[in-house]
Amino acid sequence: MTPKIIKVALIGNPNVGKTSVFNQLTGLNQQVGNYPGITVDKKTGISKLNQITKAKIIDLPGTYSLNANSIDENVVIELLLNKNDEDFPDVAVVVTEVENLKRNLLLFTQIKDLEIPTLLVINMSDRMKQKGIELDIPLLETALKTKIALISSRKNIGIDTIKELIINYKKLSTEPCLNASSIDEEYFNRLRKAFPNQLLYKLWLVITQDVNFLNLQRNEIENTFTRSHTELKKLQQKETIKRYQFINDTLKVAQKIDKTKATDFQSRLDNILTHKVFGYLIFFGVLMLIFQSIFDWSSIPMDFIDTTFSKLSALTKDNLPQGKFTDLLSDGIIPGIGGIVIFIPQIAFLFLFISVLEESGYMSRVVFLMDKIMRKFGLSGKSIVPLISGTACAIPAIMSTRNIENWKERLITILITPFITCSARLPVYAILISLIIPEKRFLGFSLQGLTLMALYLLAFVVAIASAYILNKLLKLKCKSYFVVEMPSYKVPMFKNVALNVLEKTKAFVTGAGKIILAISIVLWFLGSHGSSNFDNAEKIIAEKNTNSRLEKGVFENQVSAYKLENSYMGIMGKTIEPVIKPLGYDWKIGIAVVSSFAAREVFVGTLATIYSVGNQSDEESTIKMKMAEDIDANGNRIFNFATGISLLLFYAFAMQCVSTLAIVKKETNSWKWPIIQLVFMSGFAYVVALIAYQTLK
Amino acid sequence: MSDSNASMLKKGQSAQITDINIDEIPLKLIEMGCLPGNDIELIQIAPMGDPLFFNVNDSKVAIRIKTARAIYISLESIK
Repeated sequence: MTPKIIKVALIGNPNVGKTSVFNQLTGLNQQVGNYPGITVDKKTGISKLNQITKAKIIDLPGTYSLNANSIDENVVIELLLNKNDEDFPDVAVVVTEVENLKRNLLLFTQIKDLEIPTLLVINMSDRMKQKGIELDIPLLETALKTKIALISSRKNIGIDTIKELIINYKKLSTEPCLNASSIDEEYFNRLRKAFPNQLLYKLWLVITQDVNFLNLQRNEIENTFTRSHTELKKLQQKETIKRYQFINDTLKVAQKIDKTKATDFQSRLDNILTHKVFGYLIFFGVLMLIFQSIFDWSSIPMDFIDTTFSKLSALTKDNLPQGKFTDLLSDGIIPGIGGIVIFIPQIAFLFLFISVLEESGYMSRVVFLMDKIMRKFGLSGKSIVPLISGTACAIPAIMSTRNIENWKERLITILITPFITCSARLPVYAILISLIIPEKRFLGFSLQGLTLMALYLLAFVVAIASAYILNKLLKLKCKSYFVVEMPSYKVPMFKNVALNVLEKTKAFVTGAGKIILAISIVLWFLGSHGSSNFDNAEKIIAEKNTNSRLEKGVFENQVSAYKLENSYMGIMGKTIEPVIKPLGYDWKIGIAVVSSFAAREVFVGTLATIYSVGNQSDEESTIKMKMAEDIDANGNRIFNFATGISLLLFYAFAMQCVSTLAIVKKETNSWKWPIIQLVFMSGFAYVVALIAYQTLK
Repeated sequence: MSDSNASMLKKGQSAQITDINIDEIPLKLIEMGCLPGNDIELIQIAPMGDPLFFNVNDSKVAIRIKTARAIYISLESIK
């Protein structure tokens, strides 16, 4: 018998533990992709149901109802309305949780109207006793016309029941729970007559939503059945009331809640965490902890990775036959890749903290705490999430602005997020700080750590100041909505956090890795080929020194320095030198700065490649040492204090990330905003770096 | 339409919703159960007096004062 694959769609409200259920069902058999044309994560996984049957499970974005409010939610409707989609589910699994069953069931009754076999998962059963909740499952099953799996994804209870119910999906009822069309009989009867072959609820969704479903019919429907926006919203409200009536009636008999048992631990926690003094102190403490971990604690694995890669480079050089390929490998690819691998520990730490903050429910409290303050700057309390996750990467941060309801607040958040110190700046900061700031302690804090903290703060201040100015400049009128769900506090599940960190870090490294690999190969080529002067370097240096006899080592170094200067890379660098000289950069730094307009972290990889190409010495020294030893014609250090500060400031403010520009274009639907970002941020960076260098030198 | 609205509740008080101003209330809030007939309780007030943290129909949700003013309640039902 050939193995059968059942297609399963996992649907549910946010914060019901849907992702935990997905993780429990699929384990590590997960894939994250994108829905075509939009940047919504598409998570799929394979679950082995029994010996012969497998299920392909799609974890759909969390949604409160089938009335889509965002692109994420649209994905759910488009899939469920399109029978021809390759992922159209054989069975819909609606995940709910015991504490919010009432609200969760709204979505369930809507899904039932689509007449897809649907089963109901009630999660967090382990909390029932503590909350004094009792459920009559057989009664619920009859009323809701479905099968129920009462589970706890946290305690790994009941996952087998879900699997069993999925295997037997053909036995599930496809009958709706209630007759929602009774809200306006006359209207729906006309609709039914006009399209006898279509599901009534589908037609209703097509009328009320902006979904791409059966385009041809859409026009037809719109002409005869569209009503005014307010009328439709009123009907939607009626529909919602109708559904809640049914749900309330059902739960009245099937659910018992002993209110006296509901512990007030949660509200006491809220009293502290949203307190007018302690609330902010705790939030500040959490931020401090994050910075401490990314600079202090991750330096140990980072040093290890740094030395490992320089050893690897030397090893390749020694053991492979001499030639172009070995050079490419040891001078181009290995240092380039090393430049990115080195900051895995920092990214992992960042994603770890962000993931824990979100899973625990604390992030919503921060949103609540900060909303009033943020509004003064034209932002929303919800902007705090992108601003914090922007410390990892601006791309997911900008995507997370989608739940900001007000377009102006959202636009300003998108525009200022790239100022926030992202993890791609970290390797640049790390190497520069260690070059120019002494390894001393001040009041017990490491000076290097304090410098890093200052850079983060500076970026934040500039971001907030820009928001303030944008708020005054932008004349946009839009309705200001703000709705934040405040989930109960939970201890984060290790498995969820670990998988999240793994997935995000992997995506980040492979994404950046590809760019860095390509750029380091190009740079290596440009650095090891050049004009006729390049090819005749030995002869020219020898002729220059006919009078004095040079030692062999000195001669070789002079040759390689000359070669580098006359390579294509050197020629390019020299060309741009007049522009960057006032900032205190030589042509090598210039090449690194220019190449990092693709992505900031390329800076380190580029310098690594540049300093490896010219270097003939066999001894393994890390890139940092090579940079520290580099001197200019007058014998001064290239990476001196003034240049270092100027570089740090330049990287703090300049818009050097093609991927961010691309995502801003996608999210704002125009080139106008990314271009403004590029010009304004980079211009600002240039001016600040110029002033800093000229004052400090 | 009654003049009393959800922003007038004190911390810990709850009341029944009598009506909502549909133009000011986002659909998402309605879907969470912010509907006439259901109860609304003020759980927490943010440090600067805004936003407000409500329990409405067993959904815990924070909204701004402006939105809370569009949720009308009956004074008699305040507990």
